[in-house]
Amino acid sequence: MSLQEEELAEELRQPPRAPSRLRMVGGRFFGSTQGRIGFAVLAAMFLLAFVGPLFSPWTYTDKDFTAFLQPPSAEHWFGTLQTGADVYAVTLRGMQKSLIVGLLAALLSTALAATVGAFAGYFAGWTDRTLSWITELLLVLPAFLILAIMSPLFGDGQWVLFVVMLALFLWMVTSKIVRGMTISLKQREYIQAARFMGVPPVKIIFRHVIPNLSSLLIVDATLNVSAAILTETSLSYFGFGIQPPDVSFGTLIADGAKTAVYAPWTFWFVAALLVVTVLAVNLIGDALRDAFDPSAARKVRR
Amino acid sequence: MAGFLARRLLNYLVLVAVASSLAYMLAAGALDPRSNYADRTPKPPPAVVDAQLTALNLNDKTPLIQRYATWAAGVLHGDFGRTVTGTSVNEDLARRAGVTFRLVLLGLICGSLVGVLVGAYAAVKQYGLFDRLSTGMSFLVLAIPVVVLATMLILVGTWLNENVFGAKVFLVSGEYSDGLDTGFWGGVLDRLQHLILPTVSLSLGLIATFSRYQRNMMLDVLGADFIRTAVAKGLSRRRALTRHALRTALIPVVTYFAFTFGTLLTGATFTEKIFGWHGLGEQLINSIFTNDVNTVAAIAFLAAIAVLAASLAADMLHAALDPRVRTA
Repeated sequence: MSLQEEELAEELRQPPRAPSRLRMVGGRFFGSTQGRIGFAVLAAMFLLAFVGPLFSPWTYTDKDFTAFLQPPSAEHWFGTLQTGADVYAVTLRGMQKSLIVGLLAALLSTALAATVGAFAGYFAGWTDRTLSWITELLLVLPAFLILAIMSPLFGDGQWVLFVVMLALFLWMVTSKIVRGMTISLKQREYIQAARFMGVPPVKIIFRHVIPNLSSLLIVDATLNVSAAILTETSLSYFGFGIQPPDVSFGTLIADGAKTAVYAPWTFWFVAALLVVTVLAVNLIGDALRDAFDPSAARKVRR
Repeated sequence: MAGFLARRLLNYLVLVAVASSLAYMLAAGALDPRSNYADRTPKPPPAVVDAQLTALNLNDKTPLIQRYATWAAGVLHGDFGRTVTGTSVNEDLARRAGVTFRLVLLGLICGSLVGVLVGAYAAVKQYGLFDRLSTGMSFLVLAIPVVVLATMLILVGTWLNENVFGAKVFLVSGEYSDGLDTGFWGGVLDRLQHLILPTVSLSLGLIATFSRYQRNMMLDVLGADFIRTAVAKGLSRRRALTRHALRTALIPVVTYFAFTFGTLLTGATFTEKIFGWHGLGEQLINSIFTNDVNTVAAIAFLAAIAVLAASLAADMLHAALDPRVRTA
């Protein structure tokens, strides 16, 4: 084989396909029992929440005036409330709301954490000082108090405002981590290269810094879903969250707790669904963390 | 070090001032004490209501800035003003702080002690039955919000009272029974019966967090060279584990303990409210419902101080326990 032919062969040979990161992480995620169980359960919960109501003759606003506080039967699968409302329909409606509120609040808070943390870490100086100070101020303000005071504003279908306020009190710790990681990322060659080529700082942050923190952010967003659902439940329990006539896990649990002693079905179905949902989200978060960073999980194994 | 601490302290003072001012402004702007008088029969004349509200510094016809100035001047003299019923906020909160303190201290001590033991043992027997069981349990507990956990405990407690003990063993409401006359030991027993369920509801979550934390710390330490050296020099494994591994692994947990204590002062809100303990957290919820601006602001102030004092204490404890932090 002559030299030219060898060069030609070199060019023609397909480079081995780099394993895609998505496929690798996905493979590791679904390879773990935690990940599989968490994903399956959460998918089932979503299916139940959004497809389940179609199979029931009752909607969440219907009242059956022939059955008050009745135990589960063929007519009412989960029984009825004191008002005659069907527990199955109401619970699934509450689950829809809680899932949506949890997902949106988590996405929003993680986006906020990434932006604030990356800007503070990248620009340093006064930007950093101001942003860090705001972060600390929000950590010091009692979140429950602020949300509770503002709760009258959440009525009349203004639950989006509730989501925004919820997200506003969830992002601070992550933002501190992001800031620390951005400071070290800033010294890396590819960021330096982009800077010296004249890429504007904002573009560097969104194109290079934040994508490189994606594994942290994805895990954080997942765990924030469960944090948001739990906070929403506690607030709604005391009447400071989702406002009637709308329902969520929190308002249902608050109502159910009053009648739980003599009518257990008003409390245990919704409580069990809530716990299973949060558990599934946490399992997914944990499995994702291991999938993104297998060395962290195996480091301590002897 | 002293200069660093002084700067930090100053920064904290500014944060507390801004945070409590913000809380006051929000509370004064959003809550409406005037509506408390609307439902009364006979309806008090508007002039009387105005005079009453002005006396309490709650009148919404006075500009917010002026009300804030009056409130802030009071706070600087250590006076948080009056509640909507005209009693002193200071006295009310001082009594309630004691209740919260007792509840939180006991819950935190139980929770951290059991959590550390569970976590340490799980780490030593990694991937054993106990490790798997405790990991699973803590995952489950962390998925249950406190409000649900407390309600479940009340349900289980009353069920046990009726069907197993046949007597009221677990008491689910309040700190002690009123008008009880059974001497000193009867009183202690009564308080203990009231204490069990709230303490369990506070500590279960803490046990789960602390055990996860302690397990990870312990696993990090167990693989370290100095443990191997200790065993190689002839220490028994048990001695190496308790004397060297556990002590080192405890440092971050102690830090976390200090921090949790600060946040729990208002974090016990749900437990207090559900079990009817008249503590700070319960008052926080009540005061929002009764439009009690001064109490809300005072509790926000206390919460801010508690969180910052706790994080300062955590940092200093960390420095005191870990020589590497001091030299760095």
